Amino acid sequence: MTHPSLGSFRRVLAARGEQGDRPYGTPGTGGPSCSPREILRRLRGAVPGCPLLSHPEELRPYECDGLTAYRQIPLAVAIPESVAQVQEILRVCRTLRVPVIPRGAGTGLSGGALPNRSGLVLSMTRFRKILAVDPLNRTARVEPGVTNRAISEATSPFGLFYAPDPSSEVACTIGGNIAENAGGLHCLKYGLTVHNVLSVKILTAEGEWLVLGSEAYDAAGFDLLALLIGSEGLLGVVVEATVRLLPRPPLARLIVAAFPSVESASTAVGKLIGEGFAPAGLEMMDNLAIRAAEAFVHAGYPVEAAALLLCEFDGGPEEVDDQIELAEKRLRESGADFLRSSSSEEERLLLWKGRKSAFPAAGRMAPDYYCMDGTIPRRSLPEALLRIARLSEEFRLPVANVFHAGDGNLHPLILYDASHPHELQQAERLGRRILELCVELGGVITGEHGVGVEKLGSMCLQFRAPELAQFHRIKEAFDPDGILNPGKAVPLLHRCAELGAMHVHQGALPFPEIERY
Amino acid sequence: MSLQDQDLTDALAGEVRRAYDSGTPLSLVGGETKPFLGRSVTGRRLPLGEHRGILRYEPTELVLTARAGTPLSQIHGLLASQDQWLPFEPPSFGASATLGGTIACGLSGPARPFTGAARDFVLGVRLLDGRGEVLRFGGEVIKNVAGYDVSRFVTGAQGTLGIFLEISLKVSPRPPTSATLVWEEAPETAVRRLCRLAAEPFPLSAACHDGERLFLRLSGSKAGVQAAANRIGGERLAEPELFWQSVRERTHPFFARPGPLWRLSVPPATQPPVPGAGTPFIDWAGAQRWWKGSIEPAALWEWARSRGGHATLLDAGRSCLQPLEPALLSLHRRLKASFDPKGILNPGRLYDQL
Ligand SMILES: Cc1cc2nc3c(=O)[nH]c(=O)nc-3n(C[C@H](O)[C@H](O)[C@H](O)COP(=O)(O)OP(=O)(O)OC[C@H]3O[C@@H](n4cnc5c(N)ncnc54)[C@H](O)[C@@H]3O)c2cc1C
Repeated sequence: MTHPSLGSFRRVLAARGEQGDRPYGTPGTGGPSCSPREILRRLRGAVPGCPLLSHPEELRPYECDGLTAYRQIPLAVAIPESVAQVQEILRVCRTLRVPVIPRGAGTGLSGGALPNRSGLVLSMTRFRKILAVDPLNRTARVEPGVTNRAISEATSPFGLFYAPDPSSEVACTIGGNIAENAGGLHCLKYGLTVHNVLSVKILTAEGEWLVLGSEAYDAAGFDLLALLIGSEGLLGVVVEATVRLLPRPPLARLIVAAFPSVESASTAVGKLIGEGFAPAGLEMMDNLAIRAAEAFVHAGYPVEAAALLLCEFDGGPEEVDDQIELAEKRLRESGADFLRSSSSEEERLLLWKGRKSAFPAAGRMAPDYYCMDGTIPRRSLPEALLRIARLSEEFRLPVANVFHAGDGNLHPLILYDASHPHELQQAERLGRRILELCVELGGVITGEHGVGVEKLGSMCLQFRAPELAQFHRIKEAFDPDGILNPGKAVPLLHRCAELGAMHVHQGALPFPEIERY
Repeated sequence: MSLQDQDLTDALAGEVRRAYDSGTPLSLVGGETKPFLGRSVTGRRLPLGEHRGILRYEPTELVLTARAGTPLSQIHGLLASQDQWLPFEPPSFGASATLGGTIACGLSGPARPFTGAARDFVLGVRLLDGRGEVLRFGGEVIKNVAGYDVSRFVTGAQGTLGIFLEISLKVSPRPPTSATLVWEEAPETAVRRLCRLAAEPFPLSAACHDGERLFLRLSGSKAGVQAAANRIGGERLAEPELFWQSVRERTHPFFARPGPLWRLSVPPATQPPVPGAGTPFIDWAGAQRWWKGSIEPAALWEWARSRGGHATLLDAGRSCLQPLEPALLSLHRRLKASFDPKGILNPGRLYDQL
C-alpha cells in the first residue's frame, strides 16, 4: 500500500472539493439528536472503562481505510473489549441517532470503514482471542479482531488451516473478512469467506444478539449467514465467528509460465480450467507488473514476457506431481516459452514472492496507485486486457495488471501522482470506465473488495432500481434506524438517477413510480 | 406437460401481480417431487415446470444458466456430456425434479462436506418477488461482492421469498477417478473414525456409516486415489454408484424402516447416542444423521440445539423445522415481508406465518 504523504493527502482533499463528489449511499439516521459533547458524555457514562478517542491527533489514524483517497475525521473512536460494552455503545448511539462505523484493521480497499463526520468509529481490534480450536470438528471459534493469518497459525499444530488467504492476511481481521466476503490467492479451490464460515454471532443495531448459521453445516430457516457475509458492516456488528478448517495439504507446488502474448496466456487459463485441472491458485501478471515485481524482489521472473501465469497445485504428492507434469505440457502447448516449477518449499515461496509483493512493487513505480477489482467471465480476459490498455493510453495513466485469472477477478492498478492537478480525478474516471467495461463484458464491479463508498456510482451500472430498493428494504429489516455504517454499499436511487447511470430503457427510467430517495 | 423450452416470465409475473392485488396465497409447484420437505401450503397452485430451458453453458467457464423449470435430469445429462457435474450432488427424489425446486430446497448430496452445499454453487438468480417484480441478483462470475448476497440467501427458502426464474450455477469437472472403501465399524467408534479421516488430507468425496459399516469415497486423480486407498485400507465396494445413489435419494433400506424420518444436522464430531431408540444413519462424515422413530419433537430439538445444530422432522405435509428463537423469528418475518409484503408466496411452507 502506498499511503500518500500528508502533503499529497491535502492535495487529494483539495481535488475532492473541486469535484464536489459526496457519497450518497444507504440512508442514515438523519444526524445525531444532540451535540458532540453530549454524545461523548453519554458514551463515557455508559462504558466508563472503554477507551474513547476524541482529540484530532488521536482520530487521525482512523480517518481512512486502505482507500486513502477518501478521508474523514470521525466524531470519536471507541475501542471496546467486551460484547457488553459494544452493546452499551450501540444502545447509546441508537438513542442519540449517532452513526456507528465498525472497523477491523482498516485494510479495506473501498472505503467501507471510512468514518462519518458525526459518527462513532467502533474499532474491534481488541477482540483478539482465539476462543477454541476443535480439531475433530475442524472448526475454530474466534473473536472478530483476530487476524486472518493468526487463525491458520493457531490451528497448524493440528494439521489444519483456514483457507481464505487475502494478500493482506497478516493485518486484516476475520470481522473485516466476513464483512467484505474476502477472497484470496487460493479461493479458486477453497472458496471465499462465505464458503468457509459456519456461524457468526452479531449484535444488531438494536443491540440484539443473534446467532446466524450454526456449528453444523446448515441452520434452520433462511440462510441469514449468506446475507450477512459481504454486508460491509451494514447489517450487524460481528462479535464472534466459527470458521471451518481444512486439513493442510502435505505438498504444494507452483509453476511459473511466461507467455509471449496476453492472448496466449489467457487461452492457457481457459484450457487448464476447462480440461478439469483444479489448481489451488491461478494468477496472472502483465509485463508492467512483472517488471515492477522483478525489480522489487528478484524472484527470477523473465522480464521480457508479455504475461506470466502462476499456477499452484496442492494435495497428496502423487496427485500434485501428476497434475504438475500434465499442466506443464498443456502450458507449453498453449505457447509458454518459459517454465519453472518449484521443487522445494523455498523455491515455491520465492516464486510467489513476486506476485505477493506486486502491490508494493507497483507503489514504487508511481507516487500513488489505485487498485480496481472488477470480475469478468474468463473467456473475455484477452478483450478486457486489450481494452484496459487502450483506456490507459486514452487517460495517459499506466495500468499494471496482476490478478486472479482463474476466477476472472481483475486487479488493474492505475498508477498516478496525486500531486499533479487532476490526476486523481483522471485515475478515478479511468477506474470507473474499467468497471463499466467489466459490466459490459458480462461481469461485475467488485469481486472481493466491496462497494464501500468507492463504487456507489458503479453500483448503478450493475443494478436497476427494483434491486436497489430491495437492498434498502433488507437493510431496514436489520437496522430500521440506519445506525450502522450509513452512506455505504448501496446507492440511493436518486444518486443513480443523478449520475444518469441507471439502466434507462427506451428513454424512460425503470419503475418511475418508485420514490427516488 | 410440454417439453418445449419456453420463457414464461411475463405470464408468471402477471399471475403473481394478480395474486398480489387480490391477496391470494400461491402454492408454488415445480416437479412435485419434494412435498415432504416442507409443510403443505394452502393456496392457488402456480405450476412453474414449463418455464424451462438451458440458456447458457460454456464448459470452459464452468458456469451454467437455466430457467428454473428445467428438469434436473436434463442438466445432469448436458454436464455429463462434457465430463462435468454439479459437485453438490443434489438428490432429485423423482424424474420430474426441476432445477428451481432443487435450489429452493437447498438440497445437497453425499459430497457436501467436501465440495460444498447447493448455496455455495449458486452464482446468480433472476426471481419474481411477492409483488410480481422481476429482480436479478448475483451474476455468472465466480467472484462477486456487489450488493447483499441475495442469491445465496434465497437458496433453501423453499419459495417463501421469491420464485426462481433463472439460476446460474458454478459447475465443475467430474473427478477422473473414484473409489469407495468399506469396512465393518461399530456405531460407537464410527463418529470418531469419520472425523479423524476427514481431518487428514485425503481426497475424500463422501463418508457415511450405515449402522454397521463405514463407507468412504475417494475422488481425484488416479494416482492420488490409489495412494490414499492404499494408506486407508478396507475393501473396495462393488457398484459404488448404486450405493451412493441410494444414500443421496434416500432409497437405502434404512429409509424404509418404520416411523417418521428425522434429519439431524449437527457438528460432525457429535457423539451418539441420539435420544430414543435405534441407530442413526450417519452421512456427511458425521454432520448429517438420519434417524427413524417416534419421539417428542421437543426432545430432539433440544438435543440438537444443545449440540450446536438443529433437527427437522420430515413427514409428508407435516414437516417441522427446528423452532427459531424469538429474535430470529421476528427477523425472518421482517425479511419475508420485505420480499413478499402480502405473504402470498408459499405461506407456511417453512414455518407458521412465514
Ligand atoms: C495490500 C492489500 C492487499 C489486499 N488483498 C486482498 C485480497 O487478496 N483479497 C481480498 O478479498 N481483499 C484484499 N484486501 C482488502 C482487505 O484487506 C479486505 O477487504 C479485508 O477483509 C478487510 O479487513 P479489515 O479487518 O481490514 O476490515 P476494515 O477495512 O477495517 O473494514 C472493512 C469493512 O468491514 C466492516 N467491519 C470490520 N469489522 C467488522 C465487524 N466486526 N463487524 C461488522 N463489520 C465489520 C467495516 O465497517 C468495513 O465496512 C487487501 C488490502 C490490502 C491493503
